[in-house]
Amino acid sequence: MTINQYLIVAVFFFIGLAFLAALLILSRLIRPSRPDQGKLSTYECGMKPIGQSWGRFNIRYYIFALLFVLFDVEAAFIFPWAVKLGQLRLFAFVEMLIFLAILAVGLIYAWRKGTLEWLE
Amino acid sequence: MAEFFVKLGLPMPWAYLVEVFIICVFVLIFILINLLMLIWLERKVSGDIQARIGPIRVGPLGLFQTAADALKLMLKEDVIPAAADKWTFIISPFMVFLPAMLVYIVLPFDHNLVPQDLSLGVLFIVAVGTLPTIGIIMAGWGSNNKYSMLGAMRGAAQAISYEVPLVLVLATVVMWTGTLSTKEIVEAQQGMWLIGPLFIGFLLFLTCGIAEVNRTPFDIPEAESELVAGFHVEYSGMRFAFFFMGEYAHMLFVSGLISALFLGGWHFLPYKPNLWLIPGWVWFLAKTYALVLVIMWIRWTYPRLRVDQLMKFSWKGLVPVSLAYLLIMGFVKVWWTG
Repeated sequence: MTINQYLIVAVFFFIGLAFLAALLILSRLIRPSRPDQGKLSTYECGMKPIGQSWGRFNIRYYIFALLFVLFDVEAAFIFPWAVKLGQLRLFAFVEMLIFLAILAVGLIYAWRKGTLEWLE
Repeated sequence: MAEFFVKLGLPMPWAYLVEVFIICVFVLIFILINLLMLIWLERKVSGDIQARIGPIRVGPLGLFQTAADALKLMLKEDVIPAAADKWTFIISPFMVFLPAMLVYIVLPFDHNLVPQDLSLGVLFIVAVGTLPTIGIIMAGWGSNNKYSMLGAMRGAAQAISYEVPLVLVLATVVMWTGTLSTKEIVEAQQGMWLIGPLFIGFLLFLTCGIAEVNRTPFDIPEAESELVAGFHVEYSGMRFAFFFMGEYAHMLFVSGLISALFLGGWHFLPYKPNLWLIPGWVWFLAKTYALVLVIMWIRWTYPRLRVDQLMKFSWKGLVPVSLAYLLIMGFVKVWWTG
């Protein structure tokens, strides 16, 4: 009977979860809890917080995230190729060369367009 | 070990489950002991570099300082800001620590001492190793604090930018050895360590590894002098401790991974795998701690990069270089073996 080797991942996950929860419960039993309004207010170097933080942020972060998705999907293709390159040889190599060249064109395009600059 | 429990009268799946349970508990204890050591070591190293003494009061050489700090954090009041998104705030410390702990499953300590030699080990590391980024985003968003939000955004941007070259270098290692199992990668280094043929890959991986664990010079998500503490500024007590533990666990893992992938893992020297009867895990831990010291040394030597320099360094430097490196080494591999 074969048992899935990934079982340990689930077991370890739950052990870790139980460990962290036990620490939290233990500390809840021994720590003080005296909340007041000042303590619960958002920290802003001692000043009264101005507005919420759930507002706008730099659009650059979003663009870099898009670029990342492109390259991360490509990584999913590269790993199986990398394992089997020893057997598949030149044919697979040329294939990956073409694939990466297309990706590189995308990167060069983003570069030329100035997307990789943080400040314009 | 499962056979032992079968002899005790446990039916098979349960015996296996008990075995797995014991392994997991041992790995967790290993991580915790090493965390105590690492935090003490960090203070001693930083003390030495800055011509201070570091902790000396609690226990011999200040060894129990970390334990005392853990106790202090336990006794500290746990504040959840009224404006925070409560559930996101509560879950994110778990999201940071648990993945940093889970990746230890595939760390090859010795040829018969791998918690579980997953056949997709490297892919598992890539998949699980990125999850703390989500924890960082959740912490920043959930705190509803401007510093946290900035820190989380920077943390995510940094993590995804350095993930790309990291994955490409990992793919190069996989291509060179032809396997995804961490154990088999170390076994392939019986003779030459991979740092020889893949020296540039080693440098790239070390750089990206330091960036992945958010340590100086890549610590803009925390940046204590401008963002106070970045994404975990609103956390206190045990919840803060989880972030701290997660960071150090991740750093130890990255060091261990580099020593397994590039420095021959449990082998003593290239072409000389054993020395007398000293077990392999001693060498593995020695290499890991040597890398930890290098990472600490870098942290206390260099200033922090600015966010634009950081992104530029990754997208205009490391990404093209690692892409080209993958192809060049692929060509070398095809040409060499054919």
